[in-house]
Amino acid sequence: MKVTLAIQRYNPEHDTAPQVREYEVEVEPTDRILDALMDITRNVDGTLGYRRSCAHGVCGSDAMRINGKERLACKTLFKDLVDADGPGKPAVITLEPLRHQAVQKDLMVDQGPFFEKFRAVKPYFMAKTESTGAEFLQSPEERSLFDEATKCINCSACYSACPVLDKNPAFLGPAAIVQAARFIYDSRDKGLEGRIDVLDTADGVWPCESHFECTRVCPREIKITRLINLTKREIKKYREARGEQTAEPAKQERA
Amino acid sequence: MEHEFDAVIVGAGGAGLYAALEASKTAKTAVLSKVYPQRSHTGAAQGGIGAALGNVEEDSPEWHAFDTVKGGDYLVDQGAAKVLAEEAVKAVYDLENRGLPFSRLPDGKIAQRRFGGHTHHFGEGPVHRSCYAADRTGHMILQTLYQQCIKNDVQFFDEFYVVDLLLDGTTTQGVVAFELKTGEFHLFKAKAVLFATGGFGRMFKITSNALANTGDGPALLARKGIPLEDMEFFQFHPTGIKGMGILITEGVRGEGGILYNSEGERFMERYAPTMLDLAPRDMVSRAIMTEVLAGRGMRGDKKIDDYVLLDASHLGRETVEKKIPDIADFCRTYLGVDPAVEPMPVQPTAHYAMGGIPTDIHGRVNTGKTIYDGLYAAGEAACVSVHGANRLGTNSLVDLIVFGRRAGRHIAEYVTGASAPTVAAGAADAAKAKIQALKDRKGGRHMGPVFQKMQETMMAKIGVYREQGLMDEAVAEIQALREEFREVGVQDTGAGFNNEVLNILELESLLDLSLITAASAANRTESRGAHSRRDFPDRNDDAWLKHTLARIDGNGVVIDYKPVDVSIWEPKPRTY
Repeated sequence: MKVTLAIQRYNPEHDTAPQVREYEVEVEPTDRILDALMDITRNVDGTLGYRRSCAHGVCGSDAMRINGKERLACKTLFKDLVDADGPGKPAVITLEPLRHQAVQKDLMVDQGPFFEKFRAVKPYFMAKTESTGAEFLQSPEERSLFDEATKCINCSACYSACPVLDKNPAFLGPAAIVQAARFIYDSRDKGLEGRIDVLDTADGVWPCESHFECTRVCPREIKITRLINLTKREIKKYREARGEQTAEPAKQERA
Repeated sequence: MEHEFDAVIVGAGGAGLYAALEASKTAKTAVLSKVYPQRSHTGAAQGGIGAALGNVEEDSPEWHAFDTVKGGDYLVDQGAAKVLAEEAVKAVYDLENRGLPFSRLPDGKIAQRRFGGHTHHFGEGPVHRSCYAADRTGHMILQTLYQQCIKNDVQFFDEFYVVDLLLDGTTTQGVVAFELKTGEFHLFKAKAVLFATGGFGRMFKITSNALANTGDGPALLARKGIPLEDMEFFQFHPTGIKGMGILITEGVRGEGGILYNSEGERFMERYAPTMLDLAPRDMVSRAIMTEVLAGRGMRGDKKIDDYVLLDASHLGRETVEKKIPDIADFCRTYLGVDPAVEPMPVQPTAHYAMGGIPTDIHGRVNTGKTIYDGLYAAGEAACVSVHGANRLGTNSLVDLIVFGRRAGRHIAEYVTGASAPTVAAGAADAAKAKIQALKDRKGGRHMGPVFQKMQETMMAKIGVYREQGLMDEAVAEIQALREEFREVGVQDTGAGFNNEVLNILELESLLDLSLITAASAANRTESRGAHSRRDFPDRNDDAWLKHTLARIDGNGVVIDYKPVDVSIWEPKPRTY
C-alpha cells in the first residue's frame, strides 16, 4: 500500500527553521516505519538523518514522535497506524524528533543532557556487603522487586513525553529515576544511600505530577509513574527514619 | 584534532567495555564507538552466558571445554577453549558482583538452564550451564558494563567512526576517526589499539544482526593486508522470526520449547536422538532446511525461505511471561502471535561470525607467523579460535568477558614497555581523501541496489547448504559489486551528522568481508560445523583440519592456513 511519510527536516548547516518534507513509500502493512526510512535513505534521499541499530526494539536508538506519539520506529508497524483497506488517498504519517532535546539534524536529537541526568543518579552497582568470591545471594522474590526497572533501554521516549519538562527543564526526568529505582530496590545494593542527595531535591523526584505520559509511551511497557511514586515513598521513609525533612515542596491549596 | 592515549578501544559492546575497564585501571584509555553507548549489539543477546557454576546440577569447566571443542566440530583451538571454560566461572561471579541482575534459584544462587550442545560427562545428556537474566542477558551485561565504565570514569568518544589504522610495519601507532557530529577527522595516537567492533551479519538478507553490524574492524585490518581467519564459518541460528530474522533465543528450547514440521512431527528426533531440539545450532539449522526442502515446511513449497514451528505453548502462560517475556513481546508485536497459546513460525537467520581477526589467547592479533605489536581484537570480531566451525549458544557472552578482560590486561602491561607512537604528518590524509572522493561523486549511484544485491547473493549462495557452482558465482558477483561500488556517491555533502558517508563506508566493509567469506567458503572442500556442502558432505580431517587465513589482494583473495590446536581431545565424529 502507498503511504506518505511527512518528515520534519532540519539541518542547522543550511536551514533557519524546521520544515516538513513528504515522501511517498510503497509498504506492506507488516513493515516497520524503520523499514521505510531505510528505503528512503538507501534508494531515494541519502540526506535524511535518524539513528537506528537493532531494528527490533532493544537498543533504544530510533525513538521519535510518530503521529505525535513517542514510539520506536522499529517497533511500530504500518498496520498499527494505517488501515490497509482504507480510503483511496495514501495515508499520511508524521515523523518528528523527540521533544526536550535539541535537534541535531532531522530526527536526530542531542541526548547529552539526558545522559548527564542518567549519570547523576549514580546508575551503577554499589554493593552493600563484601563479596565472598561467589555470587551475592538474592531470592527470586527479591529479584522480582526491581525486574521492571531493568528493562529500561534509555531511549528517552519518556523524557520527550513528560509535560513537566515543558515548564521545568531541570527536572531529572522519568528515565533517570527508573534507573535509580533499579538500584534502590536491588537487595544487594546500598540503594538510596549515596543517591538520595540527587533524588531528594527540588529538581529530583518531586517535580513529577503523575501525568502518566511516560508510562503511556514507554516502549518497554515499564510502569514508570508507579516507580517514580514508589521512589518518592522510599525517600519519605528514609528521611522519617532519620527525623529529617524531604525536599518536597509544601503542598499548595487547591482552588 | 589530535589526541594521545596509551590505549584506544574501538567498539563499546561487551568485549570493548570489559577491555576498557581492565586497561583503564593503569593505562590512559579511550573508547571509540560509532553508535552511542548502550546501543551496541551485545544488548540484543538473549539466552545466557555459559559457565560451569554447577548451581543446579554437577558441572565442570572440563566438560564445558569439551562441549565447546566438539560443538566447534574440532576446529577449536583446544587450549583456548580450556581458558574460556575455566575463566568463565570467575567471569560470571565478577559480573554478578558488579551488579548484573541474574535470574535466581530458590536458594538465591544464579539460575542456570539447559542450552544447545552443553552436556554433562562429555555428552551424556543436557546440563544446566546457561546463566541467564530472563531472556535479556545481553541487555543486562551491556548495561552493567556501561554502568561500571561510568563508575570508573572511562573516557568515551561517542559516535566516532574509525576509518584508518596507523601501522609502522607491524607496530601499532594509532587510528584515524571521523566524528559524526562535526565531520571532523581525529588522529588518535596510541601504543595499543583493540578492535571489538562485533559481527557482520548484514552481509546477508535475513539476519538477527543490528544494522550497525558491518564488520568495520575486520574489514579495516583486511585492507591493511592482515588476513582474516575462518571466514567461511558463519552461523545460521535456527530460530529467527519468519521473514524478519529477529532472534528467538535458543533459551526457548532450553525451557522446553519444541520444533515441529508441517506434519506435527518433532523432527529433531531423527537428527539428534540424544540432544533433540538442543543439538548445536548448525545441526538444527540444517535439519530445518532439510525438512523445508523435503516439502515439510509450513508452506510446503520447498523454497529456501519456507519455515517450521517452534512451540512453547505447553510451558503455560506463567512460564512464558516469566522466563521468555521479551520473546513473547517480539512475537506479539511483529507477528501477532502469542507464544503462550500458539506456536511461533521460525527459520534460519544469519547470526554469528565464528571467523574474524586472528588472535592468540591474549587478544593479540597473531596470524601464527606474525604478531602485530600493540594490535588487539576481542569479541565477535576476533577469532581466537574458541568457536571453531560452529559456536555453542551462551559461549559468545562468555567469550566477550573472558577475552575482553584478557586483552585489556595484556594491553595494560604492554603499554608500560612500549615506546610512544610516532605518527607522520599527514597520517589522516588518506582517510580524508577517501571521504572527499565520496562527496565528489555526489549524485552517483545510490547505495541501495548494491546493498540489496550483495545481501541476496550471500543469502542464496553462501547460506546453510552450499555447493561449488553457486559459491563460485557468488565470488564473481561480489567482485562485480565491488567494482560497481566505486560509482556509489553521496547526496549529502554536508559535514555534520552525515550518516550517508558512514553508511557507504559500512557497505564497503560488508563487500570486502563478503568477498573473503565467499572465497573462503568456495575454497574449503569439506563440510564442517556451519560450513556444509552438498558436494562435499563429509568432514575431512586429513585434508582440512586447519584454519583458513584469507587475505584480500585487489579484487581477489589469497588463501593460507594455520594449524589447529588439538592437543587435548582427539577429533571424533560429531553426533548428539
